Amino acid sequence: MDWINAIMQGILVGGLYALFAAGLSLIFGVMRLVNIAHGDFIVAGSYLAWSIVHATGLNPLVSLVLVIPIAAVFGYVLQMVIFNHTLGKDILPPLLVSFGLSVILQNGLLQIFTADSRKLDAGALETASFSLLPGVSLGHFPLLMFATSVAVIAGLQYMFYRTSLGRAFRATSDDKEVALLMGLDNRKVYAAAMALCMAVVALAGVFLAIRSNFDPFMGPGRLIFGFEAVIIGGLGNLWGTLVGGVILGVAQGIGAEIDPGWQVLAGHIAFLLVLAFRPRGLFPRMN
Amino acid sequence: MAEMISRSTRASRIAGMVAIAVAAALVAAPWWGSIATERLLGEFMIYMALATLWNLLAGYTGLVSVGQQAYVGFGAYILISLALLAGWHPLLAVPVAGIAAALIAVPVAMLVFRLQGAYFAIGTWVVAEVFRLLCAQIAVLGGGSGISLPAATMKLLGESKFWREATIYWLALALGVGAVVIVYALLRSRVGLALTAIRDNETASVSLGIRIERVKFAVYVLVAGLTAMIGCLIELQKVRMSPDAAFSVNDWTAFVIFIVVIGGIGTIEGPIIGTIIYFLLREFLADLGSIYLMILGALAIAIMLLAPQGIWGFIKNRFGLSLFPTGYRVVSKE
Repeated sequence: MDWINAIMQGILVGGLYALFAAGLSLIFGVMRLVNIAHGDFIVAGSYLAWSIVHATGLNPLVSLVLVIPIAAVFGYVLQMVIFNHTLGKDILPPLLVSFGLSVILQNGLLQIFTADSRKLDAGALETASFSLLPGVSLGHFPLLMFATSVAVIAGLQYMFYRTSLGRAFRATSDDKEVALLMGLDNRKVYAAAMALCMAVVALAGVFLAIRSNFDPFMGPGRLIFGFEAVIIGGLGNLWGTLVGGVILGVAQGIGAEIDPGWQVLAGHIAFLLVLAFRPRGLFPRMN
Repeated sequence: MAEMISRSTRASRIAGMVAIAVAAALVAAPWWGSIATERLLGEFMIYMALATLWNLLAGYTGLVSVGQQAYVGFGAYILISLALLAGWHPLLAVPVAGIAAALIAVPVAMLVFRLQGAYFAIGTWVVAEVFRLLCAQIAVLGGGSGISLPAATMKLLGESKFWREATIYWLALALGVGAVVIVYALLRSRVGLALTAIRDNETASVSLGIRIERVKFAVYVLVAGLTAMIGCLIELQKVRMSPDAAFSVNDWTAFVIFIVVIGGIGTIEGPIIGTIIYFLLREFLADLGSIYLMILGALAIAIMLLAPQGIWGFIKNRFGLSLFPTGYRVVSKE
């Protein structure tokens, strides 16, 4: 039963990893940008929610009505003020700028919030669970987290292929110059993509903060999990990121069951195996 | 008046003479400096070497790795293993660690070279994390909490404190200067010509028969080996090492990237200038703690946005100065 339990919990945690990955996948798909500070933004989202919850006494999940819009506006401004000036043929400028942002965020959070780890308290929701099989129980919160991430990915997928905003994203991604001729300002399209990415990041940050302790330095680890989910699933495939997240979560769950020191390592090994045998990921999408 | 082809410039000849004088003074440092000076200079050499090698990878070969700490830590752990378990002389372990790292870099490169651009960067980081987590599993080397080099090993470096410190310092000097010389020589060779061609126009280079992947692969493996030797030196300087310290992305990669970006990426002078500025900044601002690191991050962003070629790139464009010329130029001679 321990094994089934480990796999079930791994699947549900995979939903959270898919949320880490969805934002990365979205902005990579639209503007070929990989934001090294992505994980630090997730953690910053956790701290933003923590601050709002402590100032207003709101339930952490209710705080999302403030956290998500703030993060989205921040993403829009960040893209307009900084990232748009770094995008070009060379991959180095955006990479280094986001690396600089990562260092600033980690140390800024350390300066403001100290190195103590914190957690968001979601009350009874955290401990509520039901029994699936004898010995295997599923928590309401992990299920909510998983269901939300499925909904977010379905929403992004719909947005990408069925709405005018999604059309703008795809057009700009395919050919920036032609899109520009058709009246699409690519800087604004990129800013909209970053705003959307940050909204997802904020949601992930709140889930992360309810699920476990967080501290200023856990961003890079979250970036790596998100990145692994993207590569395992296959670049450019949103549903693939969900599968990638689940595979990563299950690998970590099985690793932890063998030895606690193997949890993260098992996830990395799963990633390297996929890279060795399916270098384009399990469900690559042509683009 | 005759035309002739020359590689050197007046500035480069003067720089060459200054460099020889500085190197002579540096070799003599144990006799004129305190142990604190020696250690500071040694640390300077470590960062200059790491920056020079990272610059070769990213600035010339386009391989932006965020995982060079994998080889720093690997080198350190090979040195500890050989010293602790086999009683080797540390100076013998340094080249062995370099070769071992070059060998391990071959399968690693085969994996991470499947990722492009920024994804390559994060892929190298995952590999470094795997190395760190594996080292933390080795109980005989202290597991997650780390281990110190035995006193007997340190004794092999020299009976007195003076000679121990001097030996470690000279090794640092040799690796620091050696890294610059190797990269300079490499860039003046056929490989350097291929690298410059790839950097300037990848498609045209392929059509001229340059095997890009092979050149990139060879540079990655070479840099891995040299980086591991620097890792050994870091271990000798610090004596005590843990997986978190040996595989620290901040210490061995992030700061190094900032050094290269500030100094000027894609130039030989850039990493040297960047290291000088980094040490000056650290001397004056380190007391600020986390604010100092925020300033460093902001500085890197500002340089990337305003002067992407860094300080040396700016000087080079403005004054046409080159201290380490790698190209050829036509000069007229009276």
